[in-house]
Amino acid sequence: MDAQFAVAGKDFAISVTDKTAASSIVKMKHNEDKTYELTPHTLMSVSGEPGDTSNFSEYIQGNVRLYGVRNLQELTPSETASFVRGELATALRSRRPYQVNMLVLGYDAKAGDASIYWIDYLAAMAKVPYAAHGYCGYFLYSVLDREYRPDITLEQGMDIIKKCMVALKTRFLIQYSDYTIKVVDSAGVRVVSMDDI
Amino acid sequence: MARRYDSRTTIFSPEGRLYQVEYAMEAISHAGTVIGILSKDGIVLAAERQATSSLLEQSIGSEKIYEMNDNVVAGVAGLTADANILINQSRLIAQRYLLRYDSPIPVEQLVRRLCDLKQGYTQFGGLRPFGVSFLCAGWDPTFGFQLYQSDPAGNYSSWKAACIGENSANSQSILKQEYKDGSGDGDSSAANTDMTMEDALKLTCLVLSKTIDTAKLTSEKLEFSTLTLRGGKPHIHIYTSSEIDQVLQEHATAIKPTDE
Repeated sequence: MDAQFAVAGKDFAISVTDKTAASSIVKMKHNEDKTYELTPHTLMSVSGEPGDTSNFSEYIQGNVRLYGVRNLQELTPSETASFVRGELATALRSRRPYQVNMLVLGYDAKAGDASIYWIDYLAAMAKVPYAAHGYCGYFLYSVLDREYRPDITLEQGMDIIKKCMVALKTRFLIQYSDYTIKVVDSAGVRVVSMDDI
Repeated sequence: MARRYDSRTTIFSPEGRLYQVEYAMEAISHAGTVIGILSKDGIVLAAERQATSSLLEQSIGSEKIYEMNDNVVAGVAGLTADANILINQSRLIAQRYLLRYDSPIPVEQLVRRLCDLKQGYTQFGGLRPFGVSFLCAGWDPTFGFQLYQSDPAGNYSSWKAACIGENSANSQSILKQEYKDGSGDGDSSAANTDMTMEDALKLTCLVLSKTIDTAKLTSEKLEFSTLTLRGGKPHIHIYTSSEIDQVLQEHATAIKPTDE
């Protein structure tokens, strides 16, 4: 039931997640942040089985940060995504696999470009310019397919995000009251307020 | 007296020395010379094969220079049998990294992992340390071309030009004299040097001719390899014997002065 999607331009990537933590039909929380900063330039948004999401994400976050401390050099977004996928794929063959869907967003300072890696709970991975998980995908891919251009600016990216939110508001049975919006670019990861877009 | 501290690697002598480790280093100082020279656009690695018997069949592959990964090549001085174990391990480490992160292992990480392994044998288990020193030439996108030297104790250090094995002190002083250092400006992530690949090959020939105890340098006793960039990707070339003869011929003038 989570909302989770992202759009990337040449040198930025925008992540959107909803803020609800639900249990059955009950909203337990309305200010949950479903993103994890893995390196100063890599962000991971997660959805799926509550508990699995934080367990797996914290494990990944710990290991990616450990790599940075040990080697005095951070993993690139593509290396991070491969690592995440590998760990999930290993867990998939265990007695109880993690049921988490992820989007790994990153800015690669060396290459000077931004990227999104779509990873689902079966540990399938794809590098994509825009992505969504779960029910969101049913509504948003049509909007994203129409609106997305490879050379969009950050403002145009935010416009696409707004159109996505409108589509969810008009057509989706579930109503999200609030979203976490984060931008990853050369300056790192920053939160963007809903009022600013 | 010394016997009491010789038989186990893990015991310090009263003077605070580890004899087995020192003996291992001694073994290396009698091994065939290995030279590595860093240049702006690549690294030259050369090794001397010590002559055994004229009856011995020439081995087909190289004996002293090995590819550790797509981006790392290493020259070995010391016990070849020990080196084989370490080469095998380093190839495994590099492949595991590739499997995990889908990108080639940074050079220093590979060297460090290898040296951790060597260090372990100076501390644990009562086994003898590896009698091997390496010169590792590598390239990665962050730090460019790099040359590392390692010893049996597990120390490693980065060099612009380095030499291990027999006569290494002599070679090192020639390298220090002849190496053209950079003027200091330019990209800080790349090594600061004015050497070209041609300069590096020439200097290698010069050092080899002055330090190897033989009348004439031939491909039978030498191994050569280079690490360069080709289309933005590291390219390792291990020379065939005819290519080595060609290099020796091209730089005959560099070699000549020693004969006089």
